[in-house]
Amino acid sequence: MYKEDTIAAISTPHGTGGIGIIRISGDRAFEIAEKIFVGKKNFKNIKSHTINYGKIVNPKDGLTLDEVLLSKMEKPNTFTRENIVEINCHGGLMVLKNILELCIKEGARLAEPGEFTKRAFLNGRIDLSQAEAVIDLINSKTDEGSRAAISQLEGKLSKRLKEARKKLIELLAHIEVTVDYPEYDVEEVTGNMIYNELDEIKKKLQDIIVGFDKGRIIREGIDAVIVGRPNVGKSSLLNELSGKNRAIVTDIPGTTRDIIEEYININGIPVRIIDTAGIRETQDVVEKIGVERTHKAINEADLIIMMIDAKRGINEEDNEIISKLVDKKLIILINKVDLVDENEIQKIEKQLEGKKYLRTSLKEDRGLKELGDALVDMFVSGEVSMNNEILLTNVRHKSLIDKALSSIDKAMSAQQEMMPVDLLAIDIRDAADYLGQITGESVSEDVMHEIFSRFCLGK
Amino acid sequence: MGFIAGEYDVAVIGAGHAGCEAALASARLGMKTVVFAINLDSIANMPCNPNIGGTAKGHLVREIDALGGEMGKNTDKTFIQSKILNSAKGPAVFSLRAQVDRRMYQIEMKNTLEKQENLDIKQAEIVEIISEEVEGKKVVKGVKTHTGSEYKCKVIIVATGTFLKGRIIIGDVSYSGGPDGLFPANKLSDSLRELGIELLRFKTGTPARINKRSIDFSKMEEQPGDERIVPFSFETGEIEKEQVSCYLTYTNSETHRIIKENLHRSPLYSGVIEGIGPRYCPSIEDKIVRFKDKESHQVFVEPMGLNTQEMYLQGMSTSLPEDVQIEMIKTLPGLENASVMRSAYAIEYDCIDSTQLKLSLELQNVEGLFFAGQVNGTSGYEEAAAQGIIAGINAAMKIKGKEPLILDRSQAYIGVLIDDIVTKGTREPYRMMTSRSEYRLLLRQDNADLRLTPIGYKIGLISEERYRKFEEKRRLIDEEIERVKKVNIPPSEKVNKFLKSKGSTTIKTGVKLADLLRRPELDYDSLEEIDEGRPSLSYEVREQVSISVKYEGYIKRQLEQVEQFKKLEGRKLDKNINYDEIKGLRLEARQKLNKIKPESVGQASRISGVSPADISVLLVYLEQKRRG
Repeated sequence: MYKEDTIAAISTPHGTGGIGIIRISGDRAFEIAEKIFVGKKNFKNIKSHTINYGKIVNPKDGLTLDEVLLSKMEKPNTFTRENIVEINCHGGLMVLKNILELCIKEGARLAEPGEFTKRAFLNGRIDLSQAEAVIDLINSKTDEGSRAAISQLEGKLSKRLKEARKKLIELLAHIEVTVDYPEYDVEEVTGNMIYNELDEIKKKLQDIIVGFDKGRIIREGIDAVIVGRPNVGKSSLLNELSGKNRAIVTDIPGTTRDIIEEYININGIPVRIIDTAGIRETQDVVEKIGVERTHKAINEADLIIMMIDAKRGINEEDNEIISKLVDKKLIILINKVDLVDENEIQKIEKQLEGKKYLRTSLKEDRGLKELGDALVDMFVSGEVSMNNEILLTNVRHKSLIDKALSSIDKAMSAQQEMMPVDLLAIDIRDAADYLGQITGESVSEDVMHEIFSRFCLGK
Repeated sequence: MGFIAGEYDVAVIGAGHAGCEAALASARLGMKTVVFAINLDSIANMPCNPNIGGTAKGHLVREIDALGGEMGKNTDKTFIQSKILNSAKGPAVFSLRAQVDRRMYQIEMKNTLEKQENLDIKQAEIVEIISEEVEGKKVVKGVKTHTGSEYKCKVIIVATGTFLKGRIIIGDVSYSGGPDGLFPANKLSDSLRELGIELLRFKTGTPARINKRSIDFSKMEEQPGDERIVPFSFETGEIEKEQVSCYLTYTNSETHRIIKENLHRSPLYSGVIEGIGPRYCPSIEDKIVRFKDKESHQVFVEPMGLNTQEMYLQGMSTSLPEDVQIEMIKTLPGLENASVMRSAYAIEYDCIDSTQLKLSLELQNVEGLFFAGQVNGTSGYEEAAAQGIIAGINAAMKIKGKEPLILDRSQAYIGVLIDDIVTKGTREPYRMMTSRSEYRLLLRQDNADLRLTPIGYKIGLISEERYRKFEEKRRLIDEEIERVKKVNIPPSEKVNKFLKSKGSTTIKTGVKLADLLRRPELDYDSLEEIDEGRPSLSYEVREQVSISVKYEGYIKRQLEQVEQFKKLEGRKLDKNINYDEIKGLRLEARQKLNKIKPESVGQASRISGVSPADISVLLVYLEQKRRG
């Protein structure tokens, strides 16, 4: 056998519909399934190579994640020649992600790209003639994955993660320099210093994790911005999509003075929708700030939903907005179609030729489903920069931050037990290493660099 | 061929710290060995700092000793001050350092070489490596001296230190020269180049030496040695010795002003020096430029020996001109009247790109040509000696037709050192540091014998007698660990009184002795009071028991990591693989793999530019080959 740790992954392509499969392979696959599966029969008593109905339940809080069909397959007659459990879920992408995370919490490791196939090959399951196909698979999946990782690491998350990691490296360098250069007049690191530093880093990481739990990171990946002239119905759209009355809806133009965002889930794909103040020129100071933020939101958005008032038709301001959005992914909603006749609508549509548009009436609840479908269509067909791998990358990142946190906890409690610094360094190093696996940086080289650039040593 | 002056199994070029260990190991393994030095009075010279050991470096010395090398023993014979470093910072980084009498060290080592059976010592500069082409590969045949004599040999170990095309730089003055006023070796570089070896140019430096009579020590802090002396060698018994002190003084704003005003005269800043110097060993002018905020820097004043008044100024390495040197030294408290005996200098030298080597330290492309020490781009006497003993052993193994000795990263700092320079290469003189090791809690200086003496014995560098003693020690350790884990301490009045006195929680039911030992406020030695059946054991045994039990949890974790590490290390890669032919490897990975020719998938994974996906591809390729 090639490696005995247990791996898990979503083994169906994402975004392609409600049903997905999570596959777990390795010695601990059955142990993990036993902890999270509640079916008619106890998992232990399930026969190999059968499909079983049941629920996935988080053993920590007893919450049910999804109703599933679970297959148990005992080695060696499996794809990887290891024990395999497959969980068929139908709750959409978020549910898949949550179940996968649960598997990882219970002891699985997120599979590397193409790893099931690799194991199948290394364990003699796949024919020699297919070796090249296996290599191609590993490479293509890696490319996809690293694209996702890179696209996601740009931005806030990456900045905060790098900050936390930098703190760890600084702390490590300080410890290492006092250890490797004991005779130099470098400020000695004390246990208390280490503890306090770690406590701060821990808080930073916890903040990031909270972001993950709310799913904000994922949402940061797909930003949709609603724009349009004042009172065209932007806030109503947001309210409809989110099912909440968050933005104040009035008939007075310029009511939405700040950016309002809402996280929604359309057919399993999470989207952050941002409602904006109008883009019109204004003298009102408060509103002006809102307008400026709108411009910023548009610049950073992956998708723009522009709304046009069917009754008022397309005016200069609309055209101006459209002209500003030429290089953006754009869906135009012709709203309030209930208020005008077909001719008027067609006139507007003619002006929008070549662009993607939909008829809506928020008052009569028309066109929302079509909007949802259009969004999904864009995600799945890759029209929007949202990468399908982002979700998986998220799971990986979160599990690494979790591991880093637990290493920091170990170091902190060891410090409380008065363990010497060289032992504390072991866990601190592990923590930095886990974060480095996200940012793609090597601990030992960074520490070395930090030592020589920050401390003055020499003969 | 010209005049054949002799015929040997192994020829070692250079008798510094690498060359001495290499020559001794080779001769002790029964190889007819010759070692050449440009000047025999410079055998085992310390042209820079007069001390051995320190963090990580001390670990290396212990490892060399555990394998059957000489550096530890020679240090024990000749040190004049002994210090234990990091005693409060934990078992992994606890280290030994000794000031040595430089001349005594040389004389002792030279004598050891002279007395060694199978070993000849010759004063000569080697100017050429003689080789032959056999089946398309270059194979060494012998060496040629500057006087034209030739020596036939099967294996050559190049340990030339900083001698190759050495150039001394003092301010605006520069001339061809070796370290410490010795002659350089100006011809061998060309011979190496002809063999297709890629050379780099590195730089290092050393501070001035001052006459002790001219120093006012009352203005400095005295730094005496430690009372308890822990020897470097596992074979050395207790040592009692009169120790000599070092002294500490500081630079000040006046020193810094002088340096700043004369920076334009420093060859480092005017561009005269091209070699790459070490970051961790900056010259004083470097420190002042890079660390502007620091108002003063430490300068340690260290004796060069007992029968000399020369003192070494650690912290004042410089390549500024002589007049500036004198001016700045005199600003230091206690050095106002300093009489400089030797000026500080920088030295540039040729070294090889170490990624051309195999892990055995043999060159990939030239059969029988080994390299060890500073010529591989490392720095430090201990790093050199560590490579020396491995090169010496592997030269012998090669001639005997046996597998080379390759220590891996989980076995020894020596393994970390060699793996680093061979796999990653180095762009500056490489210094060993404990932070370079992933498993440093396992690679402690105290257990170097447990890790390596069985290996040294198997190779043939450890005598029967020493090995029997070692086995006895190991048995006592194992038994005592066993006992400590078994013994139950009942909650008696005496026990609880003891625990209270140590600020430890009292017990209500019986507790295992090991569990008490794991309490941070308790240690093995003090627990003797309540541990009635304790046998009387040596310090070395008690230390092992104490560390093994107290830090068991951490040790176990590192051992688990090692197990993971060993999996990929065990997947061997053939040296003849042409990575261009493996489909699916990325271009950068192919180039790097073809250059380094890693010996295992594990080593491949540490090459920068080889990604986890490339490693997967390699595994698939290996499986393909196995089945095909």
